[in-house]
Amino acid sequence: MSEDLRRTPLYEAHLAAGAKLVPFSGWEMPVQYEGIKQEHLAVRESCGVFDVSHMGEIETSGPGAGALLQRLLSNDVSKLEVGGAQYSCMCREDGGVLDDTFSYRLADERYLTVTNASNHSRDFEWFAEHAGDFDVQLTDRIDDYAMLAVQGPKARVILSGLAEGELPTRFHCAEIKLAGAAAIVCGTGYTGEDGVEVLVDPEDAPVLWDALVEAGAVPAGLGARDTLRLEVCYCLYGNDLSEERTPIAAALGWCCEEKTGFIGSEACAREREQGPDELLVPFAMSGGGIPRQGHPLLSASGEEAGEVTSGTMSPSLGIGIGMGYVRPVLGTPGTPIEIDVRGRHRPADITQRPFYRRDG
Amino acid sequence: MADESYPEELRYHPEHDWARTDGDEATFGITWYAQDALGEVVFFEPPDVGSEVSKDKTYAEVESVKAVSDVTSPLSGEITEVNAALTDKPEAINSDPYGEGWLVKVKLSDPSELDTLLDAGAYEKLLSES
Repeated sequence: MSEDLRRTPLYEAHLAAGAKLVPFSGWEMPVQYEGIKQEHLAVRESCGVFDVSHMGEIETSGPGAGALLQRLLSNDVSKLEVGGAQYSCMCREDGGVLDDTFSYRLADERYLTVTNASNHSRDFEWFAEHAGDFDVQLTDRIDDYAMLAVQGPKARVILSGLAEGELPTRFHCAEIKLAGAAAIVCGTGYTGEDGVEVLVDPEDAPVLWDALVEAGAVPAGLGARDTLRLEVCYCLYGNDLSEERTPIAAALGWCCEEKTGFIGSEACAREREQGPDELLVPFAMSGGGIPRQGHPLLSASGEEAGEVTSGTMSPSLGIGIGMGYVRPVLGTPGTPIEIDVRGRHRPADITQRPFYRRDG
Repeated sequence: MADESYPEELRYHPEHDWARTDGDEATFGITWYAQDALGEVVFFEPPDVGSEVSKDKTYAEVESVKAVSDVTSPLSGEITEVNAALTDKPEAINSDPYGEGWLVKVKLSDPSELDTLLDAGAYEKLLSES
């Protein structure tokens, strides 16, 4: 494996747990341990722990912090209270998506924005480019935090045994101690299950990881993370989101508050008004076959209608599922389509979001 | 998942496929190494009975959650039977690659091709060198 790949502080723990490591966005990351399906089901039924230390963090602090984020991010950042967490897109002027992010408001004038590994450097530059008019200080915190996602119906039970202080509820964050280490704990995730994401000093990560595994959390890799997020129709940047599409086309209009005047808001307002040329929709195979990224998506009469942006076999449902951009006329749930799986046209139907919903 | 093994009575193709022969009849499957590299198999669609397979050519695909792998025919002939049970239980390819996880049965058109395949020792040597 290439020597330029970065390793997280949990690299040794992954090796010890029998992980298969793969290059991912410049990092050497575990794609699976025992098996993607098992890890997926462990998160659905019990609790999984993921090393997501490749994710980046940008700290924005100072009197103008909220105002800068309001300019850069698509959601209404003024509604983000101290101790809150908020999902957003970050757009270019033309509405093209640069990244999708979670921002945590840690204090009145202190925010932490979590970025995708593949976009982090570019995101930080984008922040810096636009910070000039604001009274803020920007800090690239990617080297200061390891990040663990603890997800599943038993996540809170497992965490509560390690936590000094109350765990934050969904879309909230809190600075508490976990397994003795100072942590920023956030009620967020990428699996559709209850749980948290935890930021800690990289030096503290191995002890926390071991404590979580000891308490019953199952190590889960990026493979399961991908199948879990796709079952709940969460977008993956680089697959379902890109600079070529707006958040409106990606069905993320719910996190776009154009009235705030964020960069790209005019393009988003226009697209919302006129309707996008193509819309990101979920589909499920009605027979066999597994859709994969890049497979042509066809209308029922066999005309080319788009491309699969994400696809997999759903471990929870046992069928092939995916998402892709199609003309809105084809996007109504129940519409039959076909996926060209390596030359064979296989039937599918446009579905409702999400494919999977946890009880209660 | 099964423990790593390469039964002595089988013959092996370097693309990680095995053949069990009895006269001009053969059963094909993928090796322990192949299923381990692929991960949990979640989809296998058997080819049609009656179709021809040619040595060294792809005759089917096995898919795991993350990957698709071509299956190479170790010998030439005509498919006489397919393992239909794998449609509902593809994971048998992982749990029992040389037994329940067999893929197809073939009437061989040229049984002498068998001489070109590797025995278990030669195949394991190939694996250790790769």
